[in-house]
Amino acid sequence: MSSGFHIVVCGSLVPDPLQTLEPIAGPAGPALKNEMMLPSVLDPWAAHALYEAAHLAKTAAGSKVWLVSLGPKAKLQQLMMTIAQKAPFELVVVDGSASGFTDPFEAAAALASAIEKIPGLDRSRLLVFGGCASASRDASVTMQMIGEQLGIADQFLGVDELTVQPSGAFKVLERIEGGQYQASECAGAPAVLAWATGNLPEPPNNPQVGMANMRGIMPALQKAQPAKVGAEGVTFAKVELPQQKRETRIVKDVPVEEIAKEIITWIKG
Amino acid sequence: MTDPMKHERQSMDIDIVCVGFGPAVGGFLTTLSRAMVDANGQTLLESKTTPGLPLQVVCYERADDIGFGVSGVVTKGRSLRQTFPDLDLSQIPMAHRVEHEKVVYLMDPIGASRRSWLLRIADGCARLAHKILPFVPFIQEHAVELPYIPPFMSKEEGMVLSIGQFNQWVGSQLMGSGTVQIWPGMPVNRALTENGKVVGVRLVDQGTDKSGKPDAGYMPGMDIRAQLTVLGDGPVGPVGRELNDQFGMPDGNHQRDWAVGMKAVVELPEDTPLKPGTVLHTFGYPEPEIFGFLYVYPNRLASLGIFIPTWMDSPVRTSYRYLQYWMMHPYLWRYLKGGTLKSWGAKTLQESGKRGETILAGDGYARIGEGSGSTNVLTGSGVDEAWATGVQLAEGVIELAKAGKPFTKENLDGAYVRRRRASWVEKEGRIAKKSRDGFQTDFLAGLFGMGLTGMTGGLLNFPGTIKRPYERVPSYEQYYRGKISRDELNRIKKEARAANVAVHDALLDASGWPKVPYDGKLLVSHQDALLLGGKVQAAGGYADHVLFLNPRLCEQCETKLCISMCSAQAITHGENDGVPQFDREKCIHCGACFWNCVKPRDGDPEQSNIDFRAGSGGLHSAEN
Repeated sequence: MSSGFHIVVCGSLVPDPLQTLEPIAGPAGPALKNEMMLPSVLDPWAAHALYEAAHLAKTAAGSKVWLVSLGPKAKLQQLMMTIAQKAPFELVVVDGSASGFTDPFEAAAALASAIEKIPGLDRSRLLVFGGCASASRDASVTMQMIGEQLGIADQFLGVDELTVQPSGAFKVLERIEGGQYQASECAGAPAVLAWATGNLPEPPNNPQVGMANMRGIMPALQKAQPAKVGAEGVTFAKVELPQQKRETRIVKDVPVEEIAKEIITWIKG
Repeated sequence: MTDPMKHERQSMDIDIVCVGFGPAVGGFLTTLSRAMVDANGQTLLESKTTPGLPLQVVCYERADDIGFGVSGVVTKGRSLRQTFPDLDLSQIPMAHRVEHEKVVYLMDPIGASRRSWLLRIADGCARLAHKILPFVPFIQEHAVELPYIPPFMSKEEGMVLSIGQFNQWVGSQLMGSGTVQIWPGMPVNRALTENGKVVGVRLVDQGTDKSGKPDAGYMPGMDIRAQLTVLGDGPVGPVGRELNDQFGMPDGNHQRDWAVGMKAVVELPEDTPLKPGTVLHTFGYPEPEIFGFLYVYPNRLASLGIFIPTWMDSPVRTSYRYLQYWMMHPYLWRYLKGGTLKSWGAKTLQESGKRGETILAGDGYARIGEGSGSTNVLTGSGVDEAWATGVQLAEGVIELAKAGKPFTKENLDGAYVRRRRASWVEKEGRIAKKSRDGFQTDFLAGLFGMGLTGMTGGLLNFPGTIKRPYERVPSYEQYYRGKISRDELNRIKKEARAANVAVHDALLDASGWPKVPYDGKLLVSHQDALLLGGKVQAAGGYADHVLFLNPRLCEQCETKLCISMCSAQAITHGENDGVPQFDREKCIHCGACFWNCVKPRDGDPEQSNIDFRAGSGGLHSAEN
């Protein structure tokens, strides 16, 4: 493979998953309370895809990485400060909600449309990367639908390893049930790879990478097109996140068995 | 093990590098960025390192994002309004105009607080007055609302802000301008100096073990060479403190007064009577020296917290438990009961103010903000002053850049320091300089001293000798004499060490403080506050930033205030009660450890045996 891959990573922000999130009924459908104030991170699944993409681009000469992000552009701007130091990429922004209440089909349509419009993208060398799910919605179908809309038939889900042959063909390890891997061989691009965790650690922050990325980030944010990815026409009968139960208390002079029993009763509710 | 010889340290040349993104650097970058290009995008201030382009300006911030810390402020906002004349506070989350301000003296409803006899008499008089004159609204059973707020303290016509949200708002505008770059998650290790000049900074090494030795994925911190290094790394910033060591402090100046501010954002109950813009300042409880605040934001959110100062002469400076007692004071609890803790955090404040002013400019560098000594310790105002010093430096830099002059000490003195000296920050800082000296004697002398300074415009001050922090900390035996027997003390210390917990909880229990009734929402255990209030970021591959320098001194140390004072329970007892252990994954970077260590550093009595170095991560408050 002499000319390398054109790798498009679909990835956006999610509210930092360790927060206590509160769903509310917003003016445009379900939303998260204080959504624009919540600290956000790059979706951990998509982050793995981005790191794998950067690694592949480094090893397959002539490759290039795009990051296509669907999210509120003000929040994406802030997110870029933290991830643009990690890996070289060209940013494409689609301005829309990333709350997790969006419809996966609409999200996929918006992303596929943005990918189609990338100037100079060579479909014969195209690998579409993304997370196998998102930490906000966990629909696990968006990448497949992007592939469908782009007409890419070779799709791999829950990928942990990608090994590229000199010919451009590649082997993929996909997670399947029972803790097993399915090994596949693919003749080459185009393909969709929805990553699980991969094998790579988070790259260190590299100031030079950041400086280089930033030249294209602000123009990309300014060019962002709004996307209609809400939940229009959809009624959520109930929106609820798992309730956090926290009843920490300190007891003394209580036998361990009693404490264990009490905890079990508490867990059972 | 990675061979460090394989990894060459990279270097990058830019024009201006800033260390730390807070209000001071926010003011600097906002002012500078507006002057760099005209409305058509044409370069007005040209780069020397990249001719043809505008100045290349980069800011490195240690935290993993800008505005991560939880910090509520009330400020007159004079400099902020000068920079943003059309400031619309509704555009900034958790911001509001000050509508109603009160200063409240809190009495001790429990009887466990350590109050002087004079204070007890004053409390008794107030309680008697309440009984005799129950209709006087400002005297209540356990609190006295001051009927008059001295003008020097009043913040009316100002604003309440979340500094976290404000920084994000400022940062997004700066990023949007495209003229400057801000990189969070990138701590600066130290300044680069050559022949007495600062020539840039070195970023921290990545891919190291805890001790800083190269490990998997080792990447030496890059050298960022710049013609001007702007230090706005705050009170505990290691780069600023390193320059204090290297270049010294101006004659007579020192940084000996500190405080830790432990803060929370609370969602008030649905039926709260408190309106947005309400500001409460408190003093007197849980210990007389502890000041508190409560600022009400829109949407029933409030920022609240307490300050534990160096001059609270106690070896039991447990901010967290004191914060809970403060919240439970009847005057405040009527507003807070039923509330929910949304986020939590802590920060060190440099309380020396003008007396802690550093050298403001040298060859190749300038210092702005709290770390440079801009905080006004009389008015209790720091953000406005920090922002103003950033603006002053930017104006000086613009002047020099337009004239094509280099950033030498002489030029920076003329362009920046001169502006600062002529400003209200300097004038008011001078008035405030000695305002808190009375606290060195005791609490009442301190209050009297503040009043005296404030009412006479600094002409008269209550005297006091400023001790070093470690000179103020009595032993447990001295502090609890007459309250807890020596045998009981020994038992408590022994049990705490065996359980590897800080000794303060048992000491407070034994000295009359009641157990805190956890409600799972607002009154939660310290560990729960760490979990509920945010998330500590501690990515692997970085060295520990808290170091115990001389192990022998730790072994000799009986007090180990570093353990009790640690805001995040990140410092615990070490093996055989020797050198304490530090857990970076819990550290919220408040910096309280280095000024609470009770052992002076070998060869440098102004510093302690704990070194607080450049570190990555810290607390990411959930709603800051």
